[in-house]
Amino acid sequence: MSIAAKFEIEYLQYLDAEGKQVRDDLPEFAKDLNHMVELYKLMLSTRVFDAKSVALQRTGKLGTYASCLGHEAAHVGVGSAMKPEDVLAPSYREYGAQLYRGVQPREVYMYWGGDERGNDYQNEPARHDFAWSVPIATQCLHAAGSALAFKIRNEKRVAVCMIGDGGSSKGDFYGAINITGAQNLPMVAVIVNNQWAISVPRKIQSGAPTLAQKGIAAGLFSIQVDGNDIIAVRKAMEDALDRARNGEGGSVIEAVTYRLSDHTTADDARRYRGEQEVKDAWAKEPMVRLRNWLVAKGVWDDAKEEAWKAECDDWMDNEVNAYLETKTQPVTAMFDYTFAEVPADLAKQRDLVISLDKKAH
Amino acid sequence: MAQITLIEAVTQALAYEMAHDDSVVVLGEDVGVNGGVFRATQGLQEKFGELRVLDTPLDETTIAGVTVGLAAQGMKPVAEAQFEGFIYPMMEQIACHAARLRNRTRGRITVPAVWRAPWGGGIRAPEHHSEANEHLFTNIPGLRVVMPSSPARAYGLLLAAIRDPDPVMFFEPKRIYRQYKEEVPDDGEALPLDVCFVLRDGTDVTIVTWGAQVKEALEAADALAEEGISAEVIDVATLTPLDFDTIAESVQKTGRCVIVHEAPKTAGFGAEIAARLAEECMYDLLAPVERVTGFDTHIPLFRLEMKYLPSTERVVEAAKKALAAS
Ligand SMILES: Cc1ncc(C[n+]2csc(CCOP(=O)(O)OP(=O)(O)O)c2C)c(N)n1
Repeated sequence: MSIAAKFEIEYLQYLDAEGKQVRDDLPEFAKDLNHMVELYKLMLSTRVFDAKSVALQRTGKLGTYASCLGHEAAHVGVGSAMKPEDVLAPSYREYGAQLYRGVQPREVYMYWGGDERGNDYQNEPARHDFAWSVPIATQCLHAAGSALAFKIRNEKRVAVCMIGDGGSSKGDFYGAINITGAQNLPMVAVIVNNQWAISVPRKIQSGAPTLAQKGIAAGLFSIQVDGNDIIAVRKAMEDALDRARNGEGGSVIEAVTYRLSDHTTADDARRYRGEQEVKDAWAKEPMVRLRNWLVAKGVWDDAKEEAWKAECDDWMDNEVNAYLETKTQPVTAMFDYTFAEVPADLAKQRDLVISLDKKAH
Repeated sequence: MAQITLIEAVTQALAYEMAHDDSVVVLGEDVGVNGGVFRATQGLQEKFGELRVLDTPLDETTIAGVTVGLAAQGMKPVAEAQFEGFIYPMMEQIACHAARLRNRTRGRITVPAVWRAPWGGGIRAPEHHSEANEHLFTNIPGLRVVMPSSPARAYGLLLAAIRDPDPVMFFEPKRIYRQYKEEVPDDGEALPLDVCFVLRDGTDVTIVTWGAQVKEALEAADALAEEGISAEVIDVATLTPLDFDTIAESVQKTGRCVIVHEAPKTAGFGAEIAARLAEECMYDLLAPVERVTGFDTHIPLFRLEMKYLPSTERVVEAAKKALAAS
């Protein structure tokens, strides 16, 4: 018997749950402790932002919101490795990556608060990124298409998509990594494996021992990382982006993490998830281990933590106020962006709505 | 000037626009070396290379989603669905993203893409190769649904579709791909979208149709003329956004309307036109609106398919029925 193919999936981790370093070969960026403090600070802002969003929803100031609690390392790890000219195609909870790329909390609030302008990110580089995609995994193909555009135009840019473990079951994900392999596109797919797709656990999504290995079938470099370890995520991401930029093809990164929150504010995860499992997951969460590591290095302490938390609170309060003060769009807005120019037939409906609106006031 | 068929007009438009705009790319199954199963993209890969005329993996979802991604980056992709019957896997990407991104992002991201598909029956093709389902797309806001009915309109409308800043479904009636030739100057002149074309003036009855059925409509008008009945024939061309005014104006003049389409009757696009006539032209109508359509069945395999497709005789009869009513 001869063997047609063999493969292995590497698992990458630098920090264990307590923040102990398990490898000596720290990547360059991690040797810069100031930078690591910056990353920690953004993880913390993401967490404060997330708590604020849930609170806003609970008080009726947002619609349904999808929390990112527990994903801070995965998200900030991805966002911080990307270059401004790269393009991100996120699903609906990758705020940590997006904040790094210039999305403002007020924009997130606006989106979940029922206003499309939340998707009109004002700051670069987020301004040229895709908006949140609700239909699962569909955004992976937008990343592949973007990567194809970069290849056609000979631009040294990389397109990144982020999806969940559930999303990796969809044909769109496979289609995206498949054409990435076939055309050698500069695309990186990051599976944020948080173990649950609403109530459906990871093991029901796939019989494969890793989700990363799906990339092997598409001919991509594939790796599994500890998604709660920002050094591991960032390192895998940097390597993948470098390869893509150098024309060495696409990658699949499976970041193994855990969704510490309910799926959305409309969900009650206690219906399907054991208490002990969640407790165990909290013991591995991403903030503590990085904090312990930074404290041990002498660059972070309780006072700094409290000071930064207070700054985040102020920042978020300011963002919330900006959001709450934003006036609702005029009723004509629903017509004005359907096409580049309002077609004559639609203009008649627009006039009707204007007159109905006048009557209502 | 060369006489060309409808399919050659498609190729001519693609070649013209690719030569004049670097951002135009063609993608799909077999569009490269093979030039498409109907040869719509013949010779383009030789001229423009493997990246601008790209054979994709065999996955309609991939073709549709990659098209959205390309367009979002400022390219002007023209994607081919090999047959209309295989367009269903594309619909999620088209409906959820292509048609919505402009609105979703308040104009920040737009999708200047075209999806071409050989449409409709009448060529003795296998199952799933003969669908007429334009009505599935006319109900999606943010999309243009365009159907040419002659070589000249295929050329002009496809150029317009590629240049349009919004997503366009471009359905090519394959039954008339090679039916006749016409002089089509390769001058890059686009035809306007969002307008109906009045192909024949008449005073007694208005026949409204699009795509391949324009042939039956014109034949019916000829037959009616022999009996002294003057039929106006309108090619809708862009189904949505609809130029209802042109249809209304004609019906105000003739007082009678026959709508002809190949798609199933129930909730076909003819239902929309009939409803609009009831809403806006009720008192101009001298007779109930007639519809000559496919049936609410699957299009049969080819031994029966001509029984399914609207025939010239059925159109003539419907016109006479409209005329007989008061
Ligand atoms: C195509 C599609 N089907 C169903 C849904 C409803 N839905 C929203 S989130 C979700 C689970 C997604 O799980 P996963 O991909 O693991 O991502 P996570 O939310 O856990 O980050 C489902 C089924 C959807 N948004 N899109």
